[in-house]
Amino acid sequence: MTALTLPYPFDPLYMQRALLACVAVGVFAPLIGTYLVQKRLSLIGDGIGHVAFAGVGAGLLIGVAPIWTALVFAVVGALGVEWLRGRRRASGDVALAILFYSGIALGVVLLSLGDGLNAGVLTYLFGQPLTVRRDEVITILLIGGAIAATMVLLRRPLFSVVTDEDWSRVAGLPVDRLNTLLAVITAAAVVGAMRIVGILLVAAMMVLPVATAQLVARSFRGTLSVAVGVGVGSSIAGLALSAVVGLAPGGTIVLLAAGAFAVTAVVRRAVARAPVRGNV
Amino acid sequence: MLDSVAPDLTMSTPLVEARGVRFGYDRHPVLYDVDLAVAPGEFVALVGPNGSGKSTLLKLLLGRLEPWEGSVHLFGSVPSQVRDHGRLGYVPQRPSLASEVPATVEEIVSAGRLAEGRWWRPFRRADRDAVRHALESVDLAELARRPLNELSGGQQQRAFIARAFASEPALLVLDEPIAGVDAESQRRFRDALVHSIREHGAGVLLVSHELSAVAQDVDRIVVLKGSVQFDGPPAELASTGVSLGIHAEDLPLWLEELR
Repeated sequence: MTALTLPYPFDPLYMQRALLACVAVGVFAPLIGTYLVQKRLSLIGDGIGHVAFAGVGAGLLIGVAPIWTALVFAVVGALGVEWLRGRRRASGDVALAILFYSGIALGVVLLSLGDGLNAGVLTYLFGQPLTVRRDEVITILLIGGAIAATMVLLRRPLFSVVTDEDWSRVAGLPVDRLNTLLAVITAAAVVGAMRIVGILLVAAMMVLPVATAQLVARSFRGTLSVAVGVGVGSSIAGLALSAVVGLAPGGTIVLLAAGAFAVTAVVRRAVARAPVRGNV
Repeated sequence: MLDSVAPDLTMSTPLVEARGVRFGYDRHPVLYDVDLAVAPGEFVALVGPNGSGKSTLLKLLLGRLEPWEGSVHLFGSVPSQVRDHGRLGYVPQRPSLASEVPATVEEIVSAGRLAEGRWWRPFRRADRDAVRHALESVDLAELARRPLNELSGGQQQRAFIARAFASEPALLVLDEPIAGVDAESQRRFRDALVHSIREHGAGVLLVSHELSAVAQDVDRIVVLKGSVQFDGPPAELASTGVSLGIHAEDLPLWLEELR
């Protein structure tokens, strides 16, 4: 992998790797996020992130690449939430809380068995695209590609299940299997994004671009497109800004995504207040 | 238009049929010995006071619940064994539609095509044609690209009926679809139902308190109160009087008008 000729600050190879990984996250996190927001599960990414944290702890302890152990933990955790929800053993938010706290506690315990909270752990908690390795970029691109392909191929049945689950059951859709698939994709997205924006901010990239898109889009398809646009835009701008000014990239990307929401909300409000012709 | 009825759907084989159905919750019976059948081209209205078991009966007919005793057949088989769900068009009572993210009328109605069974395959021209026809038959074609949450209650309800129409169903089941909808919307709703019966030979099972708009079109009224209190043409119900133990306001003016 040799550096391409890109303008400052994307000229060095490490910046180009970071750019590739950030753009991928900017695409796949809002894609899955649109379905999660529609399903009123905006915070599930956060809960699964905390289970992924336990996976990172396990990986560091046994000497396996944390991304793979985190993936296993996150998928099992996501299936656990789906199981709790599906059997009505716990309401959605209680199921999330059980997952959330068990995950973070297990992570803390596993880390205490090893080296404790070192710089390697902080990389996963807060993200650091600037040090992302070639193999990590490839893994992120593979995860992102799988998510995007699934979302494109199954967008209609997934749309139906997240908008009207009861009707979808009567219509004979495999609602439980589609919900499980959505949970597994969410887990994959959390793990794919954690090295870039950090476990603590993964859910933000799934929700903030979608919140912005909801303000302006007038269709589900439009919401998907605008959310991906905001996700990619804040990823590129956030990475550039953090490199030039010397800020934490994960936090900068998420702050820009939040800023995009704030600006859009203010502009929309101003437009709505202005007298519009023919707006009956 | 009766020649458009599929040849196997003769009047003798009901689209949906309950026989001697008994069911309840936690050992507490709700339905006793219920018989109900809807044949192709037939318009049946199911009425009854709150708590009469209407919703429970619908769940049994749709295979969401299993009867304690008796049998339920949907398209000739046990509901859970039905493979071609597109033959059933369902309009839920209060659609549990989450409107967090904007969705257009067309996107909602397009979901109706998934009921046909092969939900994973891509959309084809036939799907788009069916969606357009469904939108036209409820008079919503011009609002196809509008977000659903910008529409009136009556327009939203017609969008859900169009979703049920989109799979070109042989049987339409509607659960209290016109509650709180204005008179003009009720008229369009009636036109859409009559269209599906006359043009597509569909059978209709309508659960509703409010039958004014369709009183002239209904073939049979079934009055349910734990068991079936009455099953026959509306005129007959009007002549036998309203002394069926149902609250007076449940069989209101529309029945008086049929006397």
